[in-house]
Amino acid sequence: MPPLLEVRNVTQIFGDRRKGETVALDDLSFSIDDEAPSFTAVVGESGSGKTTLARILLGFQQPTKGAVYYRGDDLGQATGRAQDQFRKEVQAIFQDPFEVYNPFYKVDHLLAVPIRKFRLARSRAESRDLMVDALRVVGLRPEETLGRYPHQLSGGQRQRITVARALLLKPRLIIADEPVSMVDASLRATILESLRKLNQDFGISFLYITHDLTTAYQVSDNIIVLYRGAVAETGAVERVIKDPQHPYTQLLVASIPLPDPARRWGETVVAASGSEANGGPGRGCPFADRCPYVMPVCREQAPPLYRTHPHQAVACYLHRGTETVLDGDISQAFREYAPAGAP
Amino acid sequence: MTTTAMTTDTALRQAAVLRVEDLRVHYRTPRGPVKAVDGVSFALREGERFGLVGESGSGKSTTALAIMRLIRPPGRIEGGRIALGDRDLTALSEEQFRRVRLAEIAMIPQGAMNSLNPVRRIRDHFKDSVRAHDRNVGDAQLKERIPELLGMVGLRPETANLYPHELSGGMKQRVCIALAIALRPKVILADEPTSALDVVVQRQVMQTLGAVQERLGAAVILVGHDMGLLAQFVDRLGVMYAGKLVEVAPIGDIFREPLHPYTQLLIASLPTLEERGVFRGVPGLPPSLLNPPAGCLFHPRCPKRLPQCATVAPELREIRPGHWAACHLY
Repeated sequence: MPPLLEVRNVTQIFGDRRKGETVALDDLSFSIDDEAPSFTAVVGESGSGKTTLARILLGFQQPTKGAVYYRGDDLGQATGRAQDQFRKEVQAIFQDPFEVYNPFYKVDHLLAVPIRKFRLARSRAESRDLMVDALRVVGLRPEETLGRYPHQLSGGQRQRITVARALLLKPRLIIADEPVSMVDASLRATILESLRKLNQDFGISFLYITHDLTTAYQVSDNIIVLYRGAVAETGAVERVIKDPQHPYTQLLVASIPLPDPARRWGETVVAASGSEANGGPGRGCPFADRCPYVMPVCREQAPPLYRTHPHQAVACYLHRGTETVLDGDISQAFREYAPAGAP
Repeated sequence: MTTTAMTTDTALRQAAVLRVEDLRVHYRTPRGPVKAVDGVSFALREGERFGLVGESGSGKSTTALAIMRLIRPPGRIEGGRIALGDRDLTALSEEQFRRVRLAEIAMIPQGAMNSLNPVRRIRDHFKDSVRAHDRNVGDAQLKERIPELLGMVGLRPETANLYPHELSGGMKQRVCIALAIALRPKVILADEPTSALDVVVQRQVMQTLGAVQERLGAAVILVGHDMGLLAQFVDRLGVMYAGKLVEVAPIGDIFREPLHPYTQLLIASLPTLEERGVFRGVPGLPPSLLNPPAGCLFHPRCPKRLPQCATVAPELREIRPGHWAACHLY
């Protein structure tokens, strides 16, 4: 059986040769299995390509090279039934719980539209039952939510309604792009917990796109660390965060502001990320300019992903000599990875 | 009064560079006043890094804006006293206060980097700020001063010739720090100065702010909701809830032994790298400031509430040396 979602050699280039190219994503391949629900984090700073990836996965944008396959069908070619199935089974949760609402409609509207479009209910009563159930699952009291306008609800409540909306369609995969970055710290835990619950109780797979390593560590099984469009490091989240092997991941982990006054940042001055655009194809390691261990080879050719551990792969020449990831498909380093077509 | 206790501490009074006493800021609405800041008092010591933490709507940013006298209608400072050294700032006229701003108390507002004028070069921002306070500062003087200020925040002198869009977010934020310190203020107010930045850049900006503060010997008030960032930076922390300070203590003490149940829940809710898959949110929602509950504002959400919590508002008292909390448990 084909995987639920497969990203095969996806490259996204913005701009053109004349004006200068920006490689937003560089030859990315991974897959999300259909059998066992998974929770995968995609982590990177601004400009790492994480939002471009979300847009491509949702079919908003065609990649320059490569393709995304949903249940074996090329998303770019999908029409009719296959497209409908994709739109029902893959849902998105976005960053801003304010922007997705039309202030003139009650929040019921946001929930009623998918029910109507996908003909999920045969009657008004049935439609209401669906809404009530979905709201309860995400920890909201329907009597305090339905019939209200967006401005009468808090940011946390609004974000939970968007989760309830995604849930209505019984999706197989939810792509969540920074779902808690605009929510108060005290509510983040509650929302992340409800996402993890949907993953475990309903078997929904998640792709959690974020810049926040701590929450990625909290909820995910596997992690992909992107740096300027390329995978710097990937694998099981405990391996990558607890024992990072790429100098960039090490820098990221060391910069997390830990809520512990006894463990403050070291005084090491770190090189700032430059503002220059990513070079065209054939460039070296994107981190070379900031890397404290840079070697001549790093500037000549981008490093392949070396498997430093069964559940960890690192794009860094410091690990030369280790076997590399086959065909660049990074899900080989994921925990509980079952290759496509395996019995 | 909750307030007098803290400020009658004579040792503190001597060392305090800024004192806020019983500050009240209300927003007038057709349905009655929203008490955004309701009786906040604290003293900022010389050279100290003081943090103000709270969820959105807790009044932390309003407190900072009130200190700068930048509250806009329908908001209004209804009462309280703000003193810089021996001077009562609340007694100053608008024009007198204008001279205090930037020169003595400077602010790095939330999203400060977006406040740079897109059609003016970085150096013009310095010229404008400095000349607003002293029209006689000559070009030659500025030519010396601007590279020095940029150098203090780790930027090259050529940055002065650039336009804001030519800088990265972290660089713009450092320009804003350089602007804030242009007149060597005694107090720097920073309101979530790194909220739009990535972790690595955030660390650089905060380290820059720390280095600059130490060099000037200024005191800093850092306002934010990220307990991690505050734990990394401040010496002392004030926790705000629904317009009131509910706990004030040295940062180590607050993390080691939080006294107020709200602070306890807030700290327990923080994701750490120690445990995976454990989520503890703070149950319930903050109260409406239009119809706040009687007694302690936190009692409807409090797991440790006592009978009197629903009727009597607890005062902020010194429970342990230097560790203040507003809670009936103690």
